[in-house]
Amino acid sequence: MRHTIAQHTGVLRTALRRMFASPLAGILNILVIGIALSLPAGLYVLLHNAQGLLTQLSGTPQISLFMSMEAKTDDVEHLRKQLAGHPAIAGAEFVSRAQALEQLKQSTGLADVIGGLKQNPLPDTFIVHPKQSDAQALNQLSIELAKLPKVELAQLDSAWAYKLEALLKFGRLAVLILASLLSLALIAITFNTIRLQILTQRDEIEVSKLIGATDGFIRRPFLYFGATQGLLGGIAAWLIITASLRLLNGQLTALTQLYASQFALHPLSPGDSLSLLLFSAYLGWLGAWLSVARHLSQVEPR
Amino acid sequence: MISFNQVHKRYPGGYEALKNVSFDIAEGEMVFLTGHSGAGKSTLLKLIAAIERPNSGSVLVNNQNVGALKSGARPYLRRNLGIIFQDHKLLFDRSVFHNVLLPLQICGFDHRESGKRARAALDKVGLLKREKSNPISLSGGEQQRLCIARAIVNRPGILLADEPTGNLDAEYAQEIMAIFKSFHQVGATLLISTHDESVLQDSGGRVLSLKHGELQTASTGSGQAASTGSGQAASSPEGRGQS
Repeated sequence: MRHTIAQHTGVLRTALRRMFASPLAGILNILVIGIALSLPAGLYVLLHNAQGLLTQLSGTPQISLFMSMEAKTDDVEHLRKQLAGHPAIAGAEFVSRAQALEQLKQSTGLADVIGGLKQNPLPDTFIVHPKQSDAQALNQLSIELAKLPKVELAQLDSAWAYKLEALLKFGRLAVLILASLLSLALIAITFNTIRLQILTQRDEIEVSKLIGATDGFIRRPFLYFGATQGLLGGIAAWLIITASLRLLNGQLTALTQLYASQFALHPLSPGDSLSLLLFSAYLGWLGAWLSVARHLSQVEPR
Repeated sequence: MISFNQVHKRYPGGYEALKNVSFDIAEGEMVFLTGHSGAGKSTLLKLIAAIERPNSGSVLVNNQNVGALKSGARPYLRRNLGIIFQDHKLLFDRSVFHNVLLPLQICGFDHRESGKRARAALDKVGLLKREKSNPISLSGGEQQRLCIARAIVNRPGILLADEPTGNLDAEYAQEIMAIFKSFHQVGATLLISTHDESVLQDSGGRVLSLKHGELQTASTGSGQAASTGSGQAASSPEGRGQS
Protein backbone atom coordinates (compact mmCIF):
# COMPACT_ATOMS: atom_id res chain seq x y z
CA MET A 1 0.00 0.00 0.00
CA ARG A 2 2.72 2.44 1.01
CA HIS A 3 4.58 1.45 -2.11
CA THR A 4 1.54 2.21 -4.29
CA ILE A 5 1.13 5.61 -2.66
CA ALA A 6 4.81 6.32 -3.21
CA GLN A 7 4.41 5.44 -6.88
CA HIS A 8 1.42 7.74 -7.29
CA THR A 9 3.07 10.67 -5.53
CA GLY A 10 6.01 10.08 -7.85
CA VAL A 11 3.67 10.37 -10.84
CA LEU A 12 2.15 13.52 -9.34
CA ARG A 13 5.60 15.01 -8.90
CA THR A 14 6.37 14.27 -12.54
CA ALA A 15 3.13 15.97 -13.58
CA LEU A 16 3.92 19.08 -11.52
CA ARG A 17 7.47 19.19 -12.84
CA ARG A 18 6.17 19.12 -16.39
CA MET A 19 3.61 21.80 -15.61
CA PHE A 20 6.20 24.23 -14.31
CA ALA A 21 8.99 23.22 -16.68
CA SER A 22 8.07 26.49 -18.38
CA PRO A 23 6.56 28.39 -15.44
CA LEU A 24 5.02 31.23 -17.43
CA ALA A 25 3.12 28.89 -19.77
CA GLY A 26 1.96 26.77 -16.85
CA ILE A 27 0.73 29.75 -14.84
CA LEU A 28 -0.98 31.32 -17.86
CA ASN A 29 -2.83 28.08 -18.52
CA ILE A 30 -4.02 27.93 -14.93
CA LEU A 31 -5.03 31.59 -15.08
CA VAL A 32 -7.06 31.06 -18.27
CA ILE A 33 -8.88 28.15 -16.66
CA GLY A 34 -9.40 30.19 -13.48
CA ILE A 35 -10.93 33.11 -15.36
CA ALA A 36 -13.10 30.84 -17.49
CA LEU A 37 -14.45 29.16 -14.36
CA SER A 38 -14.81 32.32 -12.29
CA LEU A 39 -17.33 33.83 -14.74
CA PRO A 40 -20.13 31.29 -14.31
CA ALA A 41 -19.22 30.55 -10.69
CA GLY A 42 -19.19 34.28 -9.86
CA LEU A 43 -22.58 34.80 -11.51
CA TYR A 44 -23.85 31.82 -9.60
CA VAL A 45 -22.76 33.44 -6.35
CA LEU A 46 -24.53 36.70 -7.25
CA LEU A 47 -27.72 34.83 -8.15
CA HIS A 48 -27.51 32.86 -4.95
CA ASN A 49 -27.27 36.08 -3.01
CA ALA A 50 -30.23 37.57 -4.87
CA GLN A 51 -32.18 34.44 -4.06
CA GLY A 52 -31.31 34.80 -0.39
CA LEU A 53 -32.38 38.41 -0.42
CA LEU A 54 -35.63 37.45 -2.06
CA THR A 55 -36.67 34.88 0.52
CA GLN A 56 -35.61 37.26 3.26
CA LEU A 57 -37.89 39.99 1.85
CA SER A 58 -40.92 38.03 0.77
CA GLY A 59 -41.17 35.48 3.53
CA THR A 60 -44.07 33.09 3.07
CA PRO A 61 -46.68 34.22 0.59
CA GLN A 62 -49.95 35.62 1.90
CA ILE A 63 -53.21 36.73 0.37
CA SER A 64 -54.93 39.72 1.91
CA LEU A 65 -58.68 39.49 1.58
CA PHE A 66 -60.33 42.91 1.96
CA MET A 67 -64.05 42.78 2.64
CA SER A 68 -66.46 45.35 1.38
CA MET A 69 -67.33 48.18 3.74
CA GLU A 70 -70.97 47.14 4.18
CA ALA A 71 -70.10 43.62 5.34
CA LYS A 72 -71.79 42.66 8.60
CA THR A 73 -70.65 40.40 11.43
CA ASP A 74 -72.69 37.55 9.92
CA ASP A 75 -70.88 37.89 6.62
CA VAL A 76 -67.56 37.81 8.44
CA GLU A 77 -68.54 34.61 10.27
CA HIS A 78 -69.78 33.09 7.03
CA LEU A 79 -66.52 33.89 5.25
CA ARG A 80 -64.48 32.61 8.18
CA LYS A 81 -66.21 29.22 7.88
CA GLN A 82 -65.73 29.13 4.15
CA LEU A 83 -62.02 29.87 4.48
CA ALA A 84 -61.59 27.30 7.24
CA GLY A 85 -63.19 24.63 5.04
CA HIS A 86 -61.16 25.49 1.94
CA PRO A 87 -58.73 22.69 0.95
CA ALA A 88 -55.99 25.02 -0.36
CA ILE A 89 -55.82 27.20 2.74
CA ALA A 90 -53.67 26.43 5.75
CA GLY A 91 -55.13 29.11 7.96
CA ALA A 92 -56.59 32.60 8.04
CA GLU A 93 -56.36 35.43 10.55
CA PHE A 94 -59.08 37.95 10.91
CA VAL A 95 -58.09 41.57 11.37
CA SER A 96 -61.09 43.73 12.20
CA ARG A 97 -61.30 47.27 10.91
CA ALA A 98 -60.82 48.61 14.45
CA GLN A 99 -57.67 46.51 14.95
CA ALA A 100 -56.34 47.63 11.60
CA LEU A 101 -56.83 51.27 12.51
CA GLU A 102 -55.07 50.75 15.84
CA GLN A 103 -52.12 49.08 14.08
CA LEU A 104 -51.93 51.92 11.61
CA LYS A 105 -51.84 54.48 14.42
CA GLN A 106 -49.06 52.69 16.21
CA SER A 107 -46.87 51.77 13.30
CA THR A 108 -46.93 55.00 11.29
CA GLY A 109 -47.09 57.67 13.95
CA LEU A 110 -50.02 59.26 12.15
CA ALA A 111 -52.17 59.12 15.30
CA ASP A 112 -53.10 62.80 15.02
CA VAL A 113 -54.21 62.55 11.46
CA ILE A 114 -56.15 59.36 12.05
CA GLY A 115 -57.73 60.80 15.19
CA GLY A 116 -59.14 63.54 13.02
CA LEU A 117 -61.00 61.09 10.78
CA LYS A 118 -64.75 60.99 11.15
CA GLN A 119 -65.02 57.33 10.47
CA ASN A 120 -62.73 54.35 10.08
CA PRO A 121 -61.78 54.09 6.37
CA LEU A 122 -60.34 50.59 6.70
CA PRO A 123 -62.24 47.42 5.80
CA ASP A 124 -62.34 44.12 7.71
CA THR A 125 -59.54 41.93 6.46
CA PHE A 126 -58.60 38.25 6.39
CA ILE A 127 -54.94 37.35 6.02
CA VAL A 128 -54.93 33.99 4.27
CA HIS A 129 -52.01 31.57 4.45
CA PRO A 130 -52.15 29.24 1.44
CA LYS A 131 -50.88 25.67 1.67
CA GLN A 132 -48.99 25.81 -1.62
CA SER A 133 -46.51 28.45 -2.55
CA ASP A 134 -46.01 28.11 -6.30
CA ALA A 135 -46.99 31.13 -8.32
CA GLN A 136 -49.68 29.54 -10.42
CA ALA A 137 -51.62 27.97 -7.54
CA LEU A 138 -51.46 31.24 -5.63
CA ASN A 139 -52.76 33.20 -8.55
CA GLN A 140 -55.63 30.81 -9.00
CA LEU A 141 -56.48 30.91 -5.33
CA SER A 142 -56.51 34.69 -5.19
CA ILE A 143 -58.80 34.88 -8.22
CA GLU A 144 -61.11 32.33 -6.61
CA LEU A 145 -61.19 34.15 -3.28
CA ALA A 146 -61.90 37.48 -4.96
CA LYS A 147 -65.18 36.00 -6.23
CA LEU A 148 -66.48 35.13 -2.76
CA PRO A 149 -69.47 37.20 -1.55
CA LYS A 150 -68.75 40.48 0.24
CA VAL A 151 -65.08 40.30 -0.77
CA GLU A 152 -63.89 43.51 -2.32
CA LEU A 153 -60.36 42.62 -3.20
CA ALA A 154 -57.94 39.69 -2.92
CA GLN A 155 -54.35 40.86 -2.99
CA LEU A 156 -51.44 38.50 -3.49
CA ASP A 157 -48.75 40.08 -1.29
CA SER A 158 -45.75 38.51 -2.92
CA ALA A 159 -46.67 38.96 -6.58
CA TRP A 160 -43.54 41.02 -7.20
CA ALA A 161 -41.41 38.35 -5.57
CA TYR A 162 -42.66 35.82 -8.07
CA LYS A 163 -41.84 38.07 -10.94
CA LEU A 164 -38.35 38.46 -9.55
CA GLU A 165 -38.03 34.75 -9.10
CA ALA A 166 -38.97 34.19 -12.73
CA LEU A 167 -36.20 36.61 -13.58
CA LEU A 168 -33.79 34.68 -11.39
CA LYS A 169 -34.80 31.47 -13.10
CA PHE A 170 -33.87 33.10 -16.36
CA GLY A 171 -30.56 34.13 -14.83
CA ARG A 172 -29.88 30.60 -13.61
CA LEU A 173 -30.48 29.23 -17.08
CA ALA A 174 -28.07 31.81 -18.51
CA VAL A 175 -25.45 30.77 -15.92
CA LEU A 176 -25.98 27.13 -16.82
CA ILE A 177 -25.44 27.81 -20.51
CA LEU A 178 -22.37 29.90 -19.77
CA ALA A 179 -21.01 27.24 -17.44
CA SER A 180 -21.50 24.50 -20.03
CA LEU A 181 -19.75 26.50 -22.72
CA LEU A 182 -16.83 27.45 -20.52
CA SER A 183 -16.54 23.86 -19.26
CA LEU A 184 -16.15 22.79 -22.85
CA ALA A 185 -13.50 25.47 -23.22
CA LEU A 186 -11.69 24.09 -20.19
CA ILE A 187 -11.77 20.59 -21.65
CA ALA A 188 -10.46 21.97 -24.93
CA ILE A 189 -7.61 23.81 -23.19
CA THR A 190 -6.54 20.66 -21.37
CA PHE A 191 -6.96 18.57 -24.51
CA ASN A 192 -4.56 20.81 -26.36
CA THR A 193 -2.03 21.09 -23.54
CA ILE A 194 -1.88 17.32 -23.27
CA ARG A 195 -1.59 16.95 -27.03
CA LEU A 196 1.47 19.20 -27.02
CA GLN A 197 2.89 17.26 -24.10
CA ILE A 198 2.45 13.96 -25.84
CA LEU A 199 4.29 15.38 -28.83
CA THR A 200 7.21 16.55 -26.70
CA GLN A 201 7.25 13.30 -24.69
CA ARG A 202 7.10 11.22 -27.85
CA ASP A 203 10.51 9.62 -27.34
CA GLU A 204 9.80 8.74 -23.75
CA ILE A 205 6.43 7.22 -24.63
CA GLU A 206 7.94 5.18 -27.44
CA VAL A 207 10.81 3.89 -25.32
CA SER A 208 8.48 3.15 -22.41
CA LYS A 209 6.23 1.11 -24.68
CA LEU A 210 9.24 -0.81 -25.98
CA ILE A 211 10.45 -1.74 -22.54
CA GLY A 212 7.10 -3.00 -21.34
CA ALA A 213 5.07 -0.05 -20.05
CA THR A 214 1.33 -0.69 -19.97
CA ASP A 215 -0.99 1.91 -21.48
CA GLY A 216 -2.15 2.72 -17.96
CA PHE A 217 1.38 3.51 -16.86
CA ILE A 218 1.91 5.85 -19.81
CA ARG A 219 -1.49 7.46 -19.45
CA ARG A 220 -1.22 8.15 -15.72
CA PRO A 221 1.08 11.20 -15.64
CA PHE A 222 -1.01 12.91 -18.32
CA LEU A 223 -4.24 12.30 -16.42
CA TYR A 224 -2.63 13.56 -13.22
CA PHE A 225 -1.42 16.58 -15.13
CA GLY A 226 -4.91 17.35 -16.45
CA ALA A 227 -6.57 16.91 -13.06
CA THR A 228 -3.91 18.99 -11.28
CA GLN A 229 -4.12 21.76 -13.84
CA GLY A 230 -7.91 21.75 -13.51
CA LEU A 231 -7.69 21.80 -9.73
CA LEU A 232 -5.22 24.71 -9.72
CA GLY A 233 -7.50 26.50 -12.20
CA GLY A 234 -10.40 25.92 -9.81
CA ILE A 235 -8.36 27.37 -6.94
CA ALA A 236 -7.55 30.38 -9.12
CA ALA A 237 -11.28 30.82 -9.86
CA TRP A 238 -12.07 30.59 -6.15
CA LEU A 239 -9.49 33.25 -5.35
CA ILE A 240 -10.81 35.51 -8.12
CA ILE A 241 -14.39 35.19 -6.85
CA THR A 242 -13.47 35.67 -3.20
CA ALA A 243 -11.34 38.73 -3.94
CA SER A 244 -14.03 40.23 -6.19
CA LEU A 245 -16.73 39.72 -3.56
CA ARG A 246 -14.55 41.38 -0.96
CA LEU A 247 -14.07 44.39 -3.23
CA LEU A 248 -17.79 44.54 -4.03
CA ASN A 249 -18.76 44.20 -0.38
CA GLY A 250 -16.64 47.19 0.57
CA GLN A 251 -18.54 49.29 -1.95
CA LEU A 252 -21.87 47.70 -1.04
CA THR A 253 -21.57 48.64 2.62
CA ALA A 254 -21.22 52.28 1.68
CA LEU A 255 -24.23 51.96 -0.61
CA THR A 256 -26.55 50.16 1.80
CA GLN A 257 -25.73 52.58 4.58
CA LEU A 258 -27.31 55.30 2.48
CA TYR A 259 -30.50 53.26 2.38
CA ALA A 260 -30.25 52.50 6.10
CA SER A 261 -30.26 48.78 5.51
CA GLN A 262 -27.71 46.05 5.88
CA PHE A 263 -26.84 43.71 3.11
CA ALA A 264 -23.60 41.94 2.27
CA LEU A 265 -22.77 39.44 -0.45
CA HIS A 266 -22.04 36.02 0.98
CA PRO A 267 -18.96 34.25 -0.36
CA LEU A 268 -19.05 30.71 -1.77
CA SER A 269 -20.16 28.25 0.87
CA PRO A 270 -17.68 25.50 1.81
CA GLY A 271 -19.84 22.96 -0.03
CA ASP A 272 -19.98 25.07 -3.18
CA SER A 273 -16.24 25.73 -2.97
CA LEU A 274 -15.55 22.03 -2.77
CA SER A 275 -17.89 21.38 -5.71
CA LEU A 276 -16.09 24.03 -7.75
CA LEU A 277 -12.68 22.47 -7.07
CA LEU A 278 -13.82 18.90 -7.69
CA PHE A 279 -15.65 19.89 -10.85
CA SER A 280 -12.67 21.75 -12.29
CA ALA A 281 -10.34 18.87 -11.43
CA TYR A 282 -12.76 16.46 -13.09
CA LEU A 283 -12.99 18.58 -16.24
CA GLY A 284 -9.19 18.72 -16.45
CA TRP A 285 -9.00 14.97 -16.02
CA LEU A 286 -11.65 14.48 -18.70
CA GLY A 287 -9.85 16.74 -21.17
CA ALA A 288 -6.61 14.86 -20.54
CA TRP A 289 -8.32 11.50 -20.88
CA LEU A 290 -9.86 12.44 -24.23
CA SER A 291 -6.56 13.78 -25.48
CA VAL A 292 -4.60 10.72 -24.37
CA ALA A 293 -7.16 8.36 -25.88
CA ARG A 294 -6.94 10.29 -29.13
CA HIS A 295 -3.19 10.83 -29.38
CA LEU A 296 -1.42 8.07 -27.50
CA SER A 297 -2.22 5.37 -30.02
CA GLN A 298 -0.48 7.48 -32.65
CA VAL A 299 2.82 7.02 -30.86
CA GLU A 300 3.63 3.43 -31.73
CA PRO A 301 7.21 2.22 -31.74
CA ARG A 302 8.64 1.10 -35.07
CA MET B 1 12.64 -20.16 -25.87
CA ILE B 2 12.23 -18.52 -29.28
CA SER B 3 10.71 -20.41 -32.16
CA PHE B 4 9.92 -19.26 -35.72
CA ASN B 5 7.71 -21.46 -37.85
CA GLN B 6 7.38 -20.63 -41.58
CA VAL B 7 7.25 -16.93 -40.89
CA HIS B 8 6.48 -14.50 -43.70
CA LYS B 9 6.62 -10.76 -43.26
CA ARG B 10 5.54 -8.42 -46.00
CA TYR B 11 5.48 -4.67 -45.42
CA PRO B 12 2.73 -2.49 -46.82
CA GLY B 13 3.85 -1.65 -50.33
CA GLY B 14 4.74 -5.24 -51.08
CA TYR B 15 8.32 -5.45 -49.81
CA GLU B 16 8.98 -8.97 -48.54
CA ALA B 17 11.26 -8.70 -45.53
CA LEU B 18 11.14 -12.34 -44.42
CA LYS B 19 10.26 -15.42 -46.44
CA ASN B 20 9.48 -18.78 -44.89
CA VAL B 21 11.80 -18.41 -41.93
CA SER B 22 11.91 -21.26 -39.40
CA PHE B 23 14.32 -21.78 -36.52
CA ASP B 24 14.47 -22.51 -32.81
CA ILE B 25 16.60 -20.97 -30.11
CA ALA B 26 16.90 -22.92 -26.87
CA GLU B 27 17.08 -21.40 -23.43
CA GLY B 28 20.54 -20.16 -22.55
CA GLU B 29 21.74 -20.11 -26.14
CA MET B 30 23.76 -17.30 -27.71
CA VAL B 31 22.87 -16.90 -31.38
CA PHE B 32 24.16 -14.45 -33.97
CA LEU B 33 22.02 -13.18 -36.78
CA THR B 34 24.01 -12.07 -39.78
CA GLY B 35 23.28 -10.79 -43.23
CA HIS B 36 23.71 -7.72 -45.41
CA SER B 37 21.72 -4.62 -44.52
CA GLY B 38 18.16 -5.04 -45.66
CA ALA B 39 18.32 -8.83 -45.27
CA GLY B 40 15.59 -8.76 -42.63
CA LYS B 41 17.59 -8.87 -39.40
CA SER B 42 15.81 -5.94 -37.76
CA THR B 43 12.42 -7.22 -38.94
CA LEU B 44 13.12 -10.58 -37.34
CA LEU B 45 13.95 -8.94 -34.00
CA LYS B 46 10.86 -6.72 -34.24
CA LEU B 47 8.69 -9.79 -34.70
CA ILE B 48 10.05 -11.26 -31.47
CA ALA B 49 9.36 -8.04 -29.56
CA ALA B 50 5.85 -7.79 -31.05
CA ILE B 51 6.69 -4.46 -32.66
CA GLU B 52 5.63 -6.03 -35.97
CA ARG B 53 3.29 -8.96 -36.67
CA PRO B 54 4.02 -11.75 -39.12
CA ASN B 55 1.72 -12.05 -42.16
CA SER B 56 1.78 -15.82 -41.84
CA GLY B 57 3.51 -18.42 -39.74
CA SER B 58 3.99 -18.22 -36.01
CA VAL B 59 6.52 -16.63 -33.68
CA LEU B 60 6.67 -18.25 -30.27
CA VAL B 61 8.46 -16.71 -27.31
CA ASN B 62 8.29 -18.75 -24.12
CA ASN B 63 5.57 -20.80 -25.87
CA GLN B 64 3.46 -17.67 -26.35
CA ASN B 65 2.30 -16.87 -29.86
CA VAL B 66 3.59 -13.32 -30.13
CA GLY B 67 1.71 -12.49 -33.33
CA ALA B 68 -1.63 -13.29 -31.73
CA LEU B 69 -0.89 -11.38 -28.53
CA LYS B 70 -3.51 -8.85 -27.43
CA SER B 71 -2.20 -5.32 -27.03
CA GLY B 72 -2.81 -5.53 -23.29
CA ALA B 73 -0.48 -8.53 -22.99
CA ARG B 74 2.33 -7.04 -25.06
CA PRO B 75 3.92 -5.03 -22.22
CA TYR B 76 4.35 -8.19 -20.14
CA LEU B 77 6.05 -9.99 -23.02
CA ARG B 78 8.44 -7.07 -23.43
CA ARG B 79 9.33 -7.03 -19.73
CA ASN B 80 10.92 -10.42 -20.24
CA LEU B 81 12.95 -9.09 -23.17
CA GLY B 82 15.96 -6.84 -22.93
CA ILE B 83 16.21 -4.97 -26.21
CA ILE B 84 19.33 -3.16 -27.31
CA PHE B 85 18.37 -0.83 -30.12
CA GLN B 86 20.44 0.08 -33.12
CA ASP B 87 19.75 3.77 -32.48
CA HIS B 88 20.04 3.35 -28.69
CA LYS B 89 16.73 5.15 -27.98
CA LEU B 90 18.18 6.87 -24.93
CA LEU B 91 16.30 9.73 -23.30
CA PHE B 92 18.32 12.92 -23.24
CA ASP B 93 16.02 14.77 -20.86
CA ARG B 94 17.34 12.82 -17.87
CA SER B 95 20.56 11.49 -16.38
CA VAL B 96 22.28 8.21 -17.20
CA PHE B 97 21.01 6.83 -13.88
CA HIS B 98 17.39 7.74 -14.62
CA ASN B 99 17.60 6.17 -18.06
CA VAL B 100 18.47 2.87 -16.42
CA LEU B 101 15.83 3.40 -13.75
CA LEU B 102 12.98 3.67 -16.28
CA PRO B 103 12.37 -0.09 -16.84
CA LEU B 104 12.25 -0.62 -13.09
CA GLN B 105 9.74 2.20 -12.62
CA ILE B 106 7.64 0.66 -15.36
CA CYS B 107 7.70 -2.73 -13.64
CA GLY B 108 6.81 -1.05 -10.36
CA PHE B 109 9.91 -1.78 -8.29
CA ASP B 110 10.13 0.13 -5.05
CA HIS B 111 12.40 3.10 -4.83
CA ARG B 112 15.34 1.71 -2.85
CA GLU B 113 15.49 -1.63 -4.61
CA SER B 114 15.40 -0.03 -8.06
CA GLY B 115 18.21 2.38 -7.15
CA LYS B 116 20.38 -0.55 -6.11
CA ARG B 117 19.62 -2.51 -9.24
CA ALA B 118 20.21 0.44 -11.56
CA ARG B 119 23.65 1.05 -10.02
CA ALA B 120 24.51 -2.64 -10.27
CA ALA B 121 23.61 -2.61 -13.98
CA LEU B 122 25.65 0.54 -14.58
CA ASP B 123 28.56 -1.01 -12.74
CA LYS B 124 28.38 -4.08 -14.95
CA VAL B 125 28.82 -1.99 -18.11
CA GLY B 126 31.42 0.27 -16.47
CA LEU B 127 29.35 3.47 -16.39
CA LEU B 128 28.82 3.85 -12.66
CA LYS B 129 31.05 6.92 -12.53
CA ARG B 130 28.92 8.63 -15.17
CA GLU B 131 25.56 8.03 -13.51
CA LYS B 132 24.83 11.75 -13.08
CA SER B 133 25.84 12.77 -16.61
CA ASN B 134 23.44 13.39 -19.41
CA PRO B 135 23.65 10.57 -21.98
CA ILE B 136 24.30 13.14 -24.70
CA SER B 137 27.74 13.70 -23.22
CA LEU B 138 28.64 10.02 -23.60
CA SER B 139 30.68 8.63 -26.49
CA GLY B 140 29.08 6.22 -28.98
CA GLY B 141 30.48 3.20 -27.20
CA GLU B 142 29.32 4.50 -23.82
CA GLN B 143 25.84 5.16 -25.15
CA GLN B 144 25.75 1.61 -26.42
CA ARG B 145 26.78 0.33 -22.99
CA LEU B 146 24.14 2.49 -21.36
CA CYS B 147 21.56 0.96 -23.68
CA ILE B 148 22.78 -2.48 -22.57
CA ALA B 149 22.52 -1.49 -18.91
CA ARG B 150 18.93 -0.41 -19.46
CA ALA B 151 18.15 -3.66 -21.27
CA ILE B 152 19.51 -5.89 -18.51
CA VAL B 153 18.46 -3.93 -15.42
CA ASN B 154 15.26 -5.86 -14.80
CA ARG B 155 17.02 -9.18 -15.52
CA PRO B 156 15.11 -10.34 -18.56
CA GLY B 157 15.40 -13.96 -19.73
CA ILE B 158 16.06 -12.96 -23.33
CA LEU B 159 18.37 -10.27 -24.70
CA LEU B 160 17.87 -8.99 -28.24
CA ALA B 161 20.56 -6.76 -29.70
CA ASP B 162 20.20 -5.02 -33.04
CA GLU B 163 23.63 -4.18 -34.49
CA PRO B 164 25.13 -3.51 -31.07
CA THR B 165 28.59 -2.97 -32.54
CA GLY B 166 27.34 -1.21 -35.64
CA ASN B 167 29.13 2.12 -35.46
CA LEU B 168 31.90 1.19 -33.07
CA ASP B 169 35.55 0.64 -33.74
CA ALA B 170 37.02 -2.80 -33.15
CA GLU B 171 38.19 -2.15 -29.61
CA TYR B 172 34.77 -0.97 -28.39
CA ALA B 173 33.11 -3.79 -30.29
CA GLN B 174 35.23 -6.35 -28.45
CA GLU B 175 34.28 -4.73 -25.12
CA ILE B 176 30.60 -4.99 -25.95
CA MET B 177 30.95 -8.59 -27.06
CA ALA B 178 32.73 -9.40 -23.80
CA ILE B 179 29.76 -7.98 -21.89
CA PHE B 180 27.37 -10.16 -23.91
CA LYS B 181 29.49 -13.22 -23.28
CA SER B 182 29.32 -12.62 -19.56
CA PHE B 183 25.51 -12.61 -19.75
CA HIS B 184 25.61 -15.80 -21.76
CA GLN B 185 27.67 -17.38 -19.02
CA VAL B 186 25.06 -16.58 -16.37
CA GLY B 187 22.36 -18.28 -18.42
CA ALA B 188 20.67 -15.54 -20.46
CA THR B 189 19.37 -16.29 -23.96
CA LEU B 190 20.91 -13.90 -26.49
CA LEU B 191 20.08 -13.08 -30.08
CA ILE B 192 22.52 -10.61 -31.57
CA SER B 193 22.19 -9.24 -35.06
CA THR B 194 25.28 -7.97 -36.80
CA HIS B 195 26.66 -7.40 -40.27
CA ASP B 196 30.15 -7.32 -38.79
CA GLU B 197 31.64 -10.77 -39.33
CA SER B 198 34.74 -9.95 -37.36
CA VAL B 199 32.92 -10.00 -34.04
CA LEU B 200 31.85 -13.57 -34.70
CA GLN B 201 35.40 -14.86 -34.38
CA ASP B 202 35.92 -16.77 -31.17
CA SER B 203 32.43 -15.76 -30.06
CA GLY B 204 31.36 -19.35 -29.70
CA GLY B 205 27.72 -18.82 -30.73
CA ARG B 206 25.56 -20.38 -33.40
CA VAL B 207 25.00 -18.25 -36.50
CA LEU B 208 21.79 -17.69 -38.41
CA SER B 209 22.41 -16.07 -41.74
CA LEU B 210 19.75 -14.13 -43.62
CA LYS B 211 19.88 -13.26 -47.29
CA HIS B 212 17.08 -11.31 -48.95
CA GLY B 213 14.73 -12.42 -46.22
CA GLU B 214 15.57 -16.11 -46.42
CA LEU B 215 17.43 -18.11 -43.85
CA GLN B 216 20.63 -19.59 -45.28
CA THR B 217 21.63 -21.91 -42.52
CA ALA B 218 19.50 -24.90 -41.62
CA SER B 219 19.24 -24.53 -37.90
CA THR B 220 16.04 -26.08 -36.65
CA GLY B 221 16.11 -29.18 -34.50
CA SER B 222 19.76 -30.14 -34.59
CA GLY B 223 20.67 -26.49 -34.31
CA GLN B 224 19.93 -26.55 -30.62
CA ALA B 225 22.50 -29.22 -30.02
CA ALA B 226 24.98 -27.34 -32.17
CA SER B 227 24.69 -24.20 -30.15
CA THR B 228 28.29 -24.29 -29.13
CA GLY B 229 29.49 -24.83 -32.69
CA SER B 230 31.90 -22.39 -34.20
CA GLY B 231 30.34 -19.25 -35.66
CA GLN B 232 32.70 -19.32 -38.61
CA ALA B 233 31.71 -22.76 -39.74
CA ALA B 234 28.02 -22.04 -39.60
CA SER B 235 27.96 -18.70 -41.35
CA SER B 236 27.36 -18.82 -45.05
CA PRO B 237 29.83 -17.23 -47.44
CA GLU B 238 27.05 -15.23 -49.11
CA GLY B 239 26.54 -13.29 -45.92
CA ARG B 240 29.96 -11.69 -46.20
CA GLY B 241 31.12 -8.64 -47.92
CA GLN B 242 27.70 -7.36 -48.83
CA SER B 243 27.08 -5.09 -45.90
